Amino acid sequence: MTQLALVIDLNVCVGCSACVTSCKEWNTSGSAGPLVDERPYGENPTGTFFNRVQTYEMGTFPNSETMHFPKSCLHCEDPPCVPVCPTGASYKRKEDGIVLVDYDKCIGCKYCSWACPYGAREIDEKQKVMKKCTLCVDRIYDMTMPEEDRKPSCVKACPTSARLFGDIHDPESAVSVAIREDGGYALMPEWGTHPSNHYLPRRKTKMKIHADELERADNPLKLDQQLPKPDKDQSTMDDVSAW
Amino acid sequence: MKPAFSVIFLTTLIGAAQGLFLALFTHQSYALFGLLPMQSDDFYGYGTLIVMVLLAAGLVASFFHLGRPERAWRAATQWRTSWLSREVIVLPAFMGVAFLFGVSHLFGIRPEIVTLPGGQVVDLSLLLGVVGTLLAFALFVCTAMIYACLRFLKEWNSPLTVINYILMGGSSGFILAAFYAVSAAPDQADFFAGWAIIITVLALIGRVASLIRNARLKPTSTMQTAIGVKHPKITQRSMGAMGGSFNTREFFHGKSDSFLRAIKPAFLLLAFVLPLVLLAISLSTPALLGLAFILQYVGLLAERWFFFAQANHPQNLYYQTVG
Repeated sequence: MTQLALVIDLNVCVGCSACVTSCKEWNTSGSAGPLVDERPYGENPTGTFFNRVQTYEMGTFPNSETMHFPKSCLHCEDPPCVPVCPTGASYKRKEDGIVLVDYDKCIGCKYCSWACPYGAREIDEKQKVMKKCTLCVDRIYDMTMPEEDRKPSCVKACPTSARLFGDIHDPESAVSVAIREDGGYALMPEWGTHPSNHYLPRRKTKMKIHADELERADNPLKLDQQLPKPDKDQSTMDDVSAW
Repeated sequence: MKPAFSVIFLTTLIGAAQGLFLALFTHQSYALFGLLPMQSDDFYGYGTLIVMVLLAAGLVASFFHLGRPERAWRAATQWRTSWLSREVIVLPAFMGVAFLFGVSHLFGIRPEIVTLPGGQVVDLSLLLGVVGTLLAFALFVCTAMIYACLRFLKEWNSPLTVINYILMGGSSGFILAAFYAVSAAPDQADFFAGWAIIITVLALIGRVASLIRNARLKPTSTMQTAIGVKHPKITQRSMGAMGGSFNTREFFHGKSDSFLRAIKPAFLLLAFVLPLVLLAISLSTPALLGLAFILQYVGLLAERWFFFAQANHPQNLYYQTVG
């Protein structure tokens, strides 16, 4: 069974929000109609987004660290939002595990958003139906696109390649390897929702260089010794030849 | 959570309706066995008319909760998994049976079905009453389970939620029945008022128990599990939206903590304590029953507001600072 998902490398994300704008652009132009935007250029702009980048700070200045945290639907393997839907508009696809909303069946009761601990669903205040990340389902299977473009919009937009996309049930896929080998983790594991999207932790890259490593240990002819340098006020060959 | 007035009115109105139906049928059952004088068909029939009015008002209120009410019929399809869908089926079923119960009394359509060994005649109205009673309880369970089944809303995820919906609806309905009986069958008012006192006391115990339980809850999700960083001090610097979003509007009651603290004693007083005092006095001064019902209804509106407002959704962890 396939379970498509995103793996987001928090060590690489710089918080530029390119994934946010790219997601909004693609999904507001789709066949489902625009994603609502209220007062986009006004004082309190608000609207429906499938993906948002949040920023967190750990510690107290000056011993603090900033983390940018993109958040979208995690396409849980056991999604609590699906069984509560009274109309069947919310469903999880068997073939690829994407959690979707059928906008033609949704009655806008918002019950699914109550049942999601992550706040991944946002209602469209104009269309009055619940909306959420589709993993760009209208893009990843579009055979009219070149193969390298058949990825979610956010993944294509990321300038640092912090977002990986693939099948987490295939042990050899890049996402599975990343989760396995780079410490991929799920959000709020305590609820047993088994999110498909995973995050790779921030880590500091450190390298310790010992003093003896700066010199060639195996240097019998002393060829690597520092060359004698003339003092600053002494004339050099450059001075002689500079005229 | 943000209390939606559509849902507050829906749950309180149908709660009173279910309680009133149960009260009327309880009386008819007592009367069947000769424990109380059987009342005229009009008493049960017009009482059921009040049930229907309350249910209809609740149904109308519920539509205001929907973004797309024209598609509401679809909500009956997922009864296998969704308590909301089950409520959508049971509510009209209860309305239908209550309607037939009323018709059977008002138009005297009471064909005999079976005679019990003791000589009591079971007629159509009684059969409808039994089915209606089962549906009334089923509706209480469905309504309450919509909230009680959400496991990460810990304030709701408790059997007390179901028990309290039944007891508060019952209390409201029996007080209304007592008030109705004052004009329709004055000598029966004490029967309803007596039961109303018992149910209201039980409802007060149940609600206080849930308040005590909720005060001791510890959140399961923390900032650490929400973003997966093991650090004792995590501060949000930006939530990814400047002018708010659905997430900031739907999951917070939008009132101050002091307002929340003030509502709690207010609804305990209005919905339980004052009605109990008035019920006690009404045993000699029945005219106060109307006041008891109205005061309690206002109290139950406040109770329901508090019920929603108190529930703290874990998604709020992600939406603390605009940035």
